[in-house]
Amino acid sequence: MTRTGVVGIVLAVGAAVAVAAWMVSHRGYLPAPSGKDSAVVPPGTQVINRGEYLARAGDCVACHSEPTGKPFAGGRAMATPFGNLYATNITPDDETGIGLWTADDFYRAMHQGIARDGTLLYPAMPFAQYTKVTREDSDAIFAYLQSVPPVRQKNKPHELRFPFNKRELLLGWRALYFKEGEYRPDPAQSAQWNRGAYLVEGLGHCTMCHTAINRLGGTKESQEFEGGMIPNQNWYAPSLTSNRESGLGDWTLKEIGDLLQVGISQRATVYGPMAEVVYNSLQYMTDEDTEAMAVYLKSLPKRDAEPPPPSSARLVQPAVMESGRAIYAKQCAMCHEPEGRGYPPQYPPLAGNPSITMATPVNPIRMVLNGGYPPGTKKNPRPHGMPPFAHILKDEDVAAVVTYIRVAWNNNGTPVAPSQISELRTLIPE
Amino acid sequence: MQSRQIACTVLWIAAYATAYAQDDAVPRFKDVDSMEARVQGCVTCHGREGQGTGSGYFPRIAGKPAGYLYSQLVAFRDGTRKYPPMNYLVAYLPDAYLKEIAQHFAQQRPAFAPKVDMKAAAPDTIARGKPIVTAGDASKQLPACVACHGAGLTGMQPGIPGLVGLHPTYIAAQLTRWRVGDRRAAEPDCMKRIASRLSESDVAAVAIYLSMQDPPRDSSPESSNLVRMPMACGSQQ
Repeated sequence: MTRTGVVGIVLAVGAAVAVAAWMVSHRGYLPAPSGKDSAVVPPGTQVINRGEYLARAGDCVACHSEPTGKPFAGGRAMATPFGNLYATNITPDDETGIGLWTADDFYRAMHQGIARDGTLLYPAMPFAQYTKVTREDSDAIFAYLQSVPPVRQKNKPHELRFPFNKRELLLGWRALYFKEGEYRPDPAQSAQWNRGAYLVEGLGHCTMCHTAINRLGGTKESQEFEGGMIPNQNWYAPSLTSNRESGLGDWTLKEIGDLLQVGISQRATVYGPMAEVVYNSLQYMTDEDTEAMAVYLKSLPKRDAEPPPPSSARLVQPAVMESGRAIYAKQCAMCHEPEGRGYPPQYPPLAGNPSITMATPVNPIRMVLNGGYPPGTKKNPRPHGMPPFAHILKDEDVAAVVTYIRVAWNNNGTPVAPSQISELRTLIPE
Repeated sequence: MQSRQIACTVLWIAAYATAYAQDDAVPRFKDVDSMEARVQGCVTCHGREGQGTGSGYFPRIAGKPAGYLYSQLVAFRDGTRKYPPMNYLVAYLPDAYLKEIAQHFAQQRPAFAPKVDMKAAAPDTIARGKPIVTAGDASKQLPACVACHGAGLTGMQPGIPGLVGLHPTYIAAQLTRWRVGDRRAAEPDCMKRIASRLSESDVAAVAIYLSMQDPPRDSSPESSNLVRMPMACGSQQ
């Protein structure tokens, strides 16, 4: 959805709430109330409201809208290693959208990854995760999508390379990587944990990025939440199971929840693709759902198989260390504090921040090159930003300062080489 | 001639960049909970107060009308003005905050950086630039820059940017983008009409002449009700 679209919806919802509030306070203008206050919102409206909330939880709008296009009208190019896919029009237009679909058709697409006309969907549509969504929730999302303005906009044909343009291949992919089935609550866990698991594994489709993607575009269940490079975006989605990467094990529930819903926390800040997720989706989650997701994420089994790098791997040439220290003192210490403590939550700490010391240094390098702003959210509408340094620091300088923050203050990262900087410098920031 | 001019410009910029102290482009602020701290994301390119930096690609933004700065921030966020480093930085910032950032820089009045030394520019280029900027070219239906951008070239409220204190490379790049349809403004897009009437050498001449002008003592943009503009511009409506 375009941001103006988001704002439009926010305004529209705000206006609707204002009108509703006015109507409640002027009961005479309402049809005779049928008993309790909750009856003020008719059941149909409740379903659509819930559908809207769930559509946000599923972040449908991020892929099914172009940046300046109409919400849900599709057309956004999804670059994949196999070629471009174009998200489809899911507005209720009869000809080009899903206006003639039934709730059954919609559930089949969500649950089985099969479109109304029987074509198999490409797994860029996260049906391998959405399959966990309940029928009731799928129906609510469908009711909401039917309520948005229809947009007549034909779907763009995908531009996949041979052989990936053969949809029959999807049968193989499905056999390997797709397990159909709604979420089944774990009776040994609390209702809160199960709610979190349902959102994270289902609508949230977190494993799409936080699990390594293999050459066939599949994710292995055994490596779930273990982190991976996001194809074509070249950001690293950290492991959610490793203390060395995301460190959720010793985070408080509030710190995890803040990162998801606010975009900043006492421990770290979201940038890049995760900033988009928070902006379009997670900031709208209720405090209860946010905490439920935090409870579930914190409970993920820890699979810290690999030991921290040996001290020999962390050896840095004294000259590089000195150069990094000098650059840090001049350019970074103002915001991140001379000892790397930052001024959280506005400026994240670098000391003890696992996203700095992860085995792959892609994220800290990209931050130094391109800077970044966390998303502006309901709870943090005026975020603090970091400037780009790509035009000021040479490859050797960036390597030195990233090396410095990865090993200083007892951080247990490894040094980076100037060649790693020049590779990332050529990428368009996104 | 054209390529030699560009090569010369590049050389001037390089010399200028090294001569010009970069301390204004290093992050610094007093209070974490302030706009000054929030816009640290801008300082390495636009300077701490928006005064610009030695690099020819990054414009001075201080004192430009808030309406103009806001419309540019929105366009960068939505991708209708394309410059990937900016598109990336503001991608997830809401309207209200972008407006606040625009107002912050519109209120700044830092000193102007020393001008790029244009002594080496070809006299006939300067001679061509001056009349276009100050009087326009009736034979090409070209209005004068000053007719809309203000007698002191400090812009006009609410949507017309100041042109004084900018690098020639930046001005030339923007005019060229407008000529080829890469950059657009709100319809009716008066700058598109104007830029498409400029030749390549006109663009170079205007860019160099503009960059040689001294800022007036008061660099505030003109108010919008002083003059009638020769063309209808969407950004003023």
